[in-house]
Amino acid sequence: MRYRVQTRTRAGHIAGFVALGLIALAIVLPVFAGRGLIQDMFFILTMLVLAQFWNLLAGYGGLVSVGQQAFVGMGAYAMFGAVILWGVDPIPAILAGGVAALLLAVPTAYFAFRLQGAYFAIGTWVIAEVTRLMVAQWKALGGGTGTSLPREATGDMWGVSAVQALFGLREAAARDVLAYWLALALAVATIGGIYWLLRNRLGLALSAVRDNTEAAKSVGVDAGRMKWFVFLIAAFGTGLCGALIFVQTARISPDAAFNVSQWTAYVIFIVVIGGIGTIEGPILGVLIFFALQSAFADYGSWYLFALGIIGIVVMLVAPRGLWGLFSDRTGIHLFPVQRRLVGRDISEGET
Amino acid sequence: MTILSLHNVSKRFGALTVTDDVTFDVPRGQALGIIGPNGAGKSTLFNLITGNIRADAGRIDFLGRDVTRDPAMKRVQAGVGRSFQIPQPFEKLTVFENLATAASFGRRLPERAVTAACLDILEQTELMRRANTPAGQLSLLERKRLELARAMATGPQLLLLDEIAGGLTEGECQALVATIRAIHAQGTTIIWIEHVLHALNAVVERLLVLDFGRVIGIGEPAAIMASKEVREIYLGIEI
Repeated sequence: MRYRVQTRTRAGHIAGFVALGLIALAIVLPVFAGRGLIQDMFFILTMLVLAQFWNLLAGYGGLVSVGQQAFVGMGAYAMFGAVILWGVDPIPAILAGGVAALLLAVPTAYFAFRLQGAYFAIGTWVIAEVTRLMVAQWKALGGGTGTSLPREATGDMWGVSAVQALFGLREAAARDVLAYWLALALAVATIGGIYWLLRNRLGLALSAVRDNTEAAKSVGVDAGRMKWFVFLIAAFGTGLCGALIFVQTARISPDAAFNVSQWTAYVIFIVVIGGIGTIEGPILGVLIFFALQSAFADYGSWYLFALGIIGIVVMLVAPRGLWGLFSDRTGIHLFPVQRRLVGRDISEGET
Repeated sequence: MTILSLHNVSKRFGALTVTDDVTFDVPRGQALGIIGPNGAGKSTLFNLITGNIRADAGRIDFLGRDVTRDPAMKRVQAGVGRSFQIPQPFEKLTVFENLATAASFGRRLPERAVTAACLDILEQTELMRRANTPAGQLSLLERKRLELARAMATGPQLLLLDEIAGGLTEGECQALVATIRAIHAQGTTIIWIEHVLHALNAVVERLLVLDFGRVIGIGEPAAIMASKEVREIYLGIEI
């Protein structure tokens, strides 16, 4: 045939090898890294997962949710519930967190999808607040003040003794290593899964809905079903991530688990400054966010002030984020999803 | 055989009746033109046929089946393709990806057949050179061509064109008319809303006049254009 379709690019190839190298390095990191670095990496990876799912929602599904803390909190509380009430080990209980968030997402979507744009955003926030208030009534899990994972549950947690023996660590440090590996696995699975999705024909449908919902319907895309699909996937992943975060902290309260600034505002900041609607954007964004936080978090409210200003400036100067700016200038995509037609008579096109 | 028939279709937006008891049939293979002043309800009529809006009353049959309650997506898959008056491309997707989306979901082609189907359409609509260009970067003519190409990629038996020649230069318009004639010659039924009457007259075999949401004339183009009512409506507009 004279023409063929190609998504691979050289930059993508190189990025693939670099990514494999980085993943291998990240797996062996606990061998030589101290506990502080492992905790920082855990923070970066979990925020990255939340950001990738918010990006899938807002950047591809056009669903600007300000209520993702509902799924972080629900996932975390379901994990705590499974451990405290049913005596499940915390590691498999993380799965219960994902499932609980998925179940919460069904009625949330049912109501919130009746709203558009800003109303949808506020609607999701309201639902998250309602969920927080309801969970705060749950006395068995500490009510409004929260509770901790029982010592015996965290002590006997799957894999902890193996990690302790492997690295000669104390129990708390071993738990951090375990949580870090799980976060790494979740982040790799999330990015890999989203990348697979976008290269698949569902990716075309998602991009079409993102660019123009009315036109997408007119070429046969089931826009409603696509929105349900991304909302449920994002809720499940966010719930898993929330449960994992609170396995690591081993302490929960409604205010921490359903915290709108921590689990949604920061996440939006990461996606917006990095570049919405790209896989690379949230990766760049989380690194910038972490650097800012490490450097300036001691300045209290001035730090938040600065985050706000940086967010506004980036939105004005580079509406598609810093990665968008970079990739527009250079044409480089680390996760290429564009299907290019290769053959005679076709100019390479502006990529 | 009749491909599309509307029976007493009405649509109101608040107190305003934009489609008023509209009834007409379109035989398979015909090219029907729709004319009428601004605000006559032409685009609304299209949206009713494509399912982008729902009728308040009446019935719409496509290929002998009642589709009045079917959503837009279902009707595309059944064979109703459309272009938008103001081009609505998927801006961040390339021209090829725009077509591939339509071929995958509208025509429901399997993955391996999509590329070949899109290539033919790119060729026919003269967009091959721009296949890898993001749709947001196209010129007006190219956007109009993409509207046509994307509608074609849904594999339509009935193709609805909404003012596709509007805003083009004379030369561009003639080239587009040639493309549309070629598509029609292949047997696709066409309904075309257009203000550029000479472009319309070069293609259509039958003309429908709409005013205040009502059908005030339908028939052979020369006879319709000669009628007193149409002349009154188009008074001041050169025919």
